[in-house]
Amino acid sequence: MTLLRLEYFFVIAGFFLALTALQVARDAAHPRRWGSAIFWGLLAVVFAAGKVLPPVAVGYIVVLLVLLAAMHQVSAPFAAKPDTAARSAAGERIGNRLLAPAVLIPAIVLVGGFTLDKVRCGTVMLVAPAQVTQVSLGLAVLAGLALALRITRAPARVPLQEGGRLLQVLGWTLLLPQMLAALGGIFGRAGVGEVVARLVAAGLPVELPLVAVVAYCGGMALFTMIMGNAFAAFPVVTLGIGLPFIVTAQGGNPAIMGALGMLSGYCGTLVTPMAANFNLVPALLLELEDRNAVIKTQLPMAAAIWIFNVVVMYLCVYRF
Amino acid sequence: MIKLTGILLVALGFALRLNTLLSVLAAGVVTGLIAGFSFEAIMRMLGEFFIDNRFMTLPVILMMPVIGLLEKHGLQERAAVLIKQAGAATAGRVLLLYQAIREGTSMLGLNVGGHASMVRPLIAPMAEGAAQAQHGELSAAATAAIRAQAAAAENTGNFFADDILVAVGPVLLMKGFFDSVGVEVKLMHLAWWGLPTALWVLGVGWWRYRALDRKLAAGGAPARKGPP
Repeated sequence: MTLLRLEYFFVIAGFFLALTALQVARDAAHPRRWGSAIFWGLLAVVFAAGKVLPPVAVGYIVVLLVLLAAMHQVSAPFAAKPDTAARSAAGERIGNRLLAPAVLIPAIVLVGGFTLDKVRCGTVMLVAPAQVTQVSLGLAVLAGLALALRITRAPARVPLQEGGRLLQVLGWTLLLPQMLAALGGIFGRAGVGEVVARLVAAGLPVELPLVAVVAYCGGMALFTMIMGNAFAAFPVVTLGIGLPFIVTAQGGNPAIMGALGMLSGYCGTLVTPMAANFNLVPALLLELEDRNAVIKTQLPMAAAIWIFNVVVMYLCVYRF
Repeated sequence: MIKLTGILLVALGFALRLNTLLSVLAAGVVTGLIAGFSFEAIMRMLGEFFIDNRFMTLPVILMMPVIGLLEKHGLQERAAVLIKQAGAATAGRVLLLYQAIREGTSMLGLNVGGHASMVRPLIAPMAEGAAQAQHGELSAAATAAIRAQAAAAENTGNFFADDILVAVGPVLLMKGFFDSVGVEVKLMHLAWWGLPTALWVLGVGWWRYRALDRKLAAGGAPARKGPP
């Protein structure tokens, strides 16, 4: 039995989403009042009740969310320009204590990540080991919010209003990571990976040791770019290219191959819009006009890291 | 081959700037139908995967109220003021330090950081504040370049030092895969062979952040050609 489940935090998130929907519905000046209210309301249901709804129903709700977004029915409210003078004045009044909640949150994640999963009494666990980081983050956010309310002496509706506004600035992009993960999952069940791996193996002289390494690392990066996720690429590319051509044919070391192969996959993550939560959502969070700005910045880094992985793998995998 | 149609659809959607959610949904449905699943089954898969991956969106949603509250009271401005008081700080050094801390905690299997919880409220404003202290007011392009590089520091720091000392995530996944296909590997070998890349990535960060500092010092924005 587990006392603190991640599911509780999904319910809290759903509650906040529902309040945001309500906030939109009551805002007569909102440019897309009803479309946006329905969008956030449906998302609230998916978050809070996702575990008990039948998956088919969730699938249809997701289709509705996508259609609302595609028909331009979801938008941010008309926003007054942020009052920077008032902000600085408030910051002046509160001073560096304002930073305390922002520092407390990672501190609690750090401590919680090390300790919470060790707390148990017989068969009753405080937190399941697999969820410990995420549960720690959830607790840290609640503690941070409580401290922030104390320090700023703001009424409880302010964080909900401000948070709802920020959420609406992100808008439907918020769903992209989950949608792309679902697409990756469908690709996996449909066997797209096997097709790609077969094409690579058929098109290259993989019996040469160097070519095998380049094909494997390249396959990991390419396939990660397509799926948006190196974990999904790993089994497919390792089965299709790595194990037959590096380990079985040439006697390569599987641990070295696997470790550096996964890291080559991450290079793909850095340069694909499919990894929306790492590349597209931050561009919006940081209010960048060019939504590919993060990917463009990461391109030279990804290239330098990928080449390093190939070189190290080639030098070590056949030797150790 | 025909199974690759979905990939083509997504690429086409990105290229034509169609609504990304819509092209992703279309790609999923088409790929599923080609592979012989019924529409009902595809909807069930979509729902299942969407629910299973709620954890991806959770941190961003949960962080919004506390970040919104703190920003309304001037958090970003405060972080910038603080860093301006530290004389030796440059945008690049702030980012390098952040990436190093991010890699260090990642090695222990901890995920401290994130675009919503660290980069937007603290790291990007600190890097901008350091640049302002050095060079005065920043152009919009310079601000954008610093922010994009801050996001890159978060991503590279997060990805490349996973699990080297304490295995929790990807290393266990690899071990599980190798076990399932009957290939024997030692868990710690998988973890340790990540170390050379983790160190190299720190060097790559140093190279890019120095380039950022130099371009900021040279006046104008770092070169970012293309339509405005």
